[in-house]
Amino acid sequence: MNISSTLGPKLSAQATRQKRGAILADGSSQDAFVEFERVQKSYDGENLVVKDLNLAMPRGEFLTMLGPSGSGKTTCLMMLAGFETATHGDIRLGGESINNIPPHKRGIGMVFQNYALFPHMTVAENLSFPLEVRKMAKSEREKKVKRALDMVQMGAFGGRRPAQLSGGQQQRIALARALVFEAELVLIDEPLGALDKQLREHMQFEIKRIADNLGITVVYVTHDQTEALTMSDRVAVFDDGRIQQLAPPDLLYEAPENSFVAQFIGENNTLEGVIEQIKGDTCLVKLDNGDLIDAKPVNVTKAGERTRVSIRPERVEFNKDRLSPDAHLLKATVKEFIYMGDIFRTRISVAGNDDFIIKTRNAPDQVRLEPGAEIEIGWLAQDCRALDA
Amino acid sequence: MSDASTSNGPVLAADGTPLKRSLARSLRMQKTRALLLIAPLLVFVLITFIAPIADMLFRSVENQIVSDTLPETTIALRGWDPKGEDLPDEAVFEALFNDMQLATERKRHTSLGTRLNYEQVGISSLFRQSGRKIKDIGEVWQDQFEDLDAFWKKGENWAELLGTESWVASAKDWKKADGAQPRFQARADVAAALPQTLAAYQDFADFTQLEDNKALYKEDPWGKVYVALHADLNASADVSALTGPGADVLKAAAIAAPGFETVSYRDAFIDIHDGWAKLDNWRAIQTYAASYTPGYFLNAVDMQIGPDGAEARPENQQIYIRLFGRTLYMSLVITFACIALGYPVAWLLANLPMRTANLLMILVLLPFWTSLLVRTSAWKVMLQQQGVINDVLVWLGMVAEDGRLVMINNQTGTIIAMTHILLPFMILPMYSVMQTIPPTYLRAAKSLGATNWTAFWRVYFPQTIPGIGAGSILVFILAIGYYITPAIVGGTTGVFISDRIAYHISSSLNWGLGAALGAILLVVVLILYWAYDRIVGIDNVKLGG
Ligand SMILES: Nc1ncnc2c1ncn2[C@@H]1O[C@H](COP(=O)(O)OP(=O)(O)O)[C@@H](O)[C@H]1O
Ligand SMILES: [Mg+2]
Repeated sequence: MNISSTLGPKLSAQATRQKRGAILADGSSQDAFVEFERVQKSYDGENLVVKDLNLAMPRGEFLTMLGPSGSGKTTCLMMLAGFETATHGDIRLGGESINNIPPHKRGIGMVFQNYALFPHMTVAENLSFPLEVRKMAKSEREKKVKRALDMVQMGAFGGRRPAQLSGGQQQRIALARALVFEAELVLIDEPLGALDKQLREHMQFEIKRIADNLGITVVYVTHDQTEALTMSDRVAVFDDGRIQQLAPPDLLYEAPENSFVAQFIGENNTLEGVIEQIKGDTCLVKLDNGDLIDAKPVNVTKAGERTRVSIRPERVEFNKDRLSPDAHLLKATVKEFIYMGDIFRTRISVAGNDDFIIKTRNAPDQVRLEPGAEIEIGWLAQDCRALDA
Repeated sequence: MSDASTSNGPVLAADGTPLKRSLARSLRMQKTRALLLIAPLLVFVLITFIAPIADMLFRSVENQIVSDTLPETTIALRGWDPKGEDLPDEAVFEALFNDMQLATERKRHTSLGTRLNYEQVGISSLFRQSGRKIKDIGEVWQDQFEDLDAFWKKGENWAELLGTESWVASAKDWKKADGAQPRFQARADVAAALPQTLAAYQDFADFTQLEDNKALYKEDPWGKVYVALHADLNASADVSALTGPGADVLKAAAIAAPGFETVSYRDAFIDIHDGWAKLDNWRAIQTYAASYTPGYFLNAVDMQIGPDGAEARPENQQIYIRLFGRTLYMSLVITFACIALGYPVAWLLANLPMRTANLLMILVLLPFWTSLLVRTSAWKVMLQQQGVINDVLVWLGMVAEDGRLVMINNQTGTIIAMTHILLPFMILPMYSVMQTIPPTYLRAAKSLGATNWTAFWRVYFPQTIPGIGAGSILVFILAIGYYITPAIVGGTTGVFISDRIAYHISSSLNWGLGAALGAILLVVVLILYWAYDRIVGIDNVKLGG
């Protein structure tokens, strides 16, 4: 796939997202297409797998559920598809509660983790199946199957059995099958886990392109954060049966609302300490070894509270000229320098943390820090987020 | 560049041999080693599995007993016209006399009688009685020689007359303990003068020395030898030049011989048993004289060899075709009953939670731990007219007291009991196939808009066909050859062809017919297997994941 075709949908996705800004700000909008309201789920009557799920998606959104394994993502998807019933709460599709509608009447397309292509049918028969059960005429079926196959660039493979296809090809067919009956909502559960890295990236673009072209609403489940960040309009970070944060990718990365999200998304340095004082949108944190640093208070409210501050490796600065003169600095020792081609990755020891990472761009004038060197580091207050401990 | 030799000549291995040859050698060594590794298993399979089947197939056409026991007769009979109204001629009866003499000594005539009795009822007593009285015929000649001179009464005299001096010397005092008996050696001059006598005596000597292992020197010869001597002397053998022991007696006999009274073999045999005057008996002997016969197979499909080749047996003797038909039909019914009952059970096994499924599995396997006989007998108790099931039905008022159902000793009983006994063989292959079908297929089908039934019928069921196929083949093949259960609960209308096979193997001892029935059963199974392969495809049979 060439660059221009991947960029096209990407840009248009950006545009739609901006258009929807108003709806996204508060999830409980009137014209939400998919809605979870106070949904709970327990399999055994003892533990809640989904604790309190509230989610509203507008039509056409690409939403990703991201979270560690066992955090309840698949369960949410299954409740939406109708294969599990919610223990409590309401799930609405197009404004109507679907709690009592059986799965085959929901009209939701689904791509399963292992593809679930019917092994005894050819590719074309697999695609034709949802049309047959809808009693569609043969000529129309053939037309739609052909269009769907062409859409995933598998037009020549209609006569094959799923077992004769590679993993990536099966993936495309599974996608085509979920789309062929023109479902408005498509659920995709960890579809790319079994593919190698290159194919995975290729398929990410492909899925995204098709979703944008058709304007369908997609709920996508993954535990791969890169996948979530590159594909989604919004990402719901799951942990412990709850949505920890629901935000567009850039916000999620740059403004995590709690330390779980900060840890889970991207690489992250943490330091622990106590709030010394809060002044507007900056605060002073006293680290456990007595040093003071500047930070931005996120979910801390008053002085004396314990906090964990989070700062991205690429926002750490050791060139004093680039920092404001009154910024607080920390003394650090360089432990290790790793050359990674496009960036330099330096591990330093600071305030008792031996795993503090700095990333710098490989530019002609960039300094290469030698192991053992004593340096001073600092950052802009808004790059350092004081979160819950 | 690297010189021409590498591109022209053969590629060489490190030790200088051509690479091709050293590759072939190493592959051969691998193959030999692999073969040696499986050799014990191969031998075991050959001996215990292939050999009995080959033996059965052989027995179903083998018929050497007639030509082995009556070699001269079968040859002599070739010229006889079985469609005519005449008995075979004197030469045939003479051959019969010679053959019967040896057969009686070997005690083979009774088995031959039994064998031919399958084809021609009554022939067994003919052979038994003829064997008992065969001596009477030879004695006509023997008595006249002995009346002439007591010399002819003693085996020693015969041995010294016909054997070389050196053989007589070594054979005279031979006892069993001495080991191998010195083989009879004929005097050349006597052999030249009395060729028929020597031939007959040689037969007698071979049998006595090799088969009976008695001292030939002391044995009295068979009647056949006297007959041969008489024939030689009558053919004006020149004995005048002979010297040595018994030469004088022989010369005297040569003079007396033309005056001997003789009998016709034909009359003598008919005198022993009037069966020899019946054309049908002779026809049977001639028909089954060949070493290999289609007779058993024809018999197994209710046919027989008539004067004009194969023909259907009389109506009242036809049983096998009907039995084969019934066996196939009931095996099919049992197979379908097993599918119908086994499918839901296998589905439960594959889909219930682990604990419950294990319990169910034990219930499925329980019958395997109980004796087949016990299970079958239990059905007998349950199904009989005063049995549990009838009692319950009467108690429920569904059946009147005087209308109790007959469910045993008929086809119903066989079908019920065998379905129960063979059910695990259907459930287990189905289960192992169903177990490998992930539940996501059903979910996928439903998410695509299929109702529960459509999802099952279009998506789940087709994937279980390999299991159904494997189970059906297993159950059908087991059912078609089942013996005990039909024999116990089947009565007369519910028995299978296996019942007849067992009867011929263990009661009537007609192994050839039993083998032919078994071979037909084997062929039927192979044909069905082939048909199944053509229709469903044998690759679609799965016994496990
Ligand atoms: N059918 C089920 N029965 C009982 N427990 C289940 C079932 N499915 C999932 N769970 C439990 O629910 C939790 C969440 O599972 P899941 O939704 O599959 O997580 P994820 O998809 O995020 O990895 C896990 O602890 C899992 O063990
Ligand atoms: Mg999952």
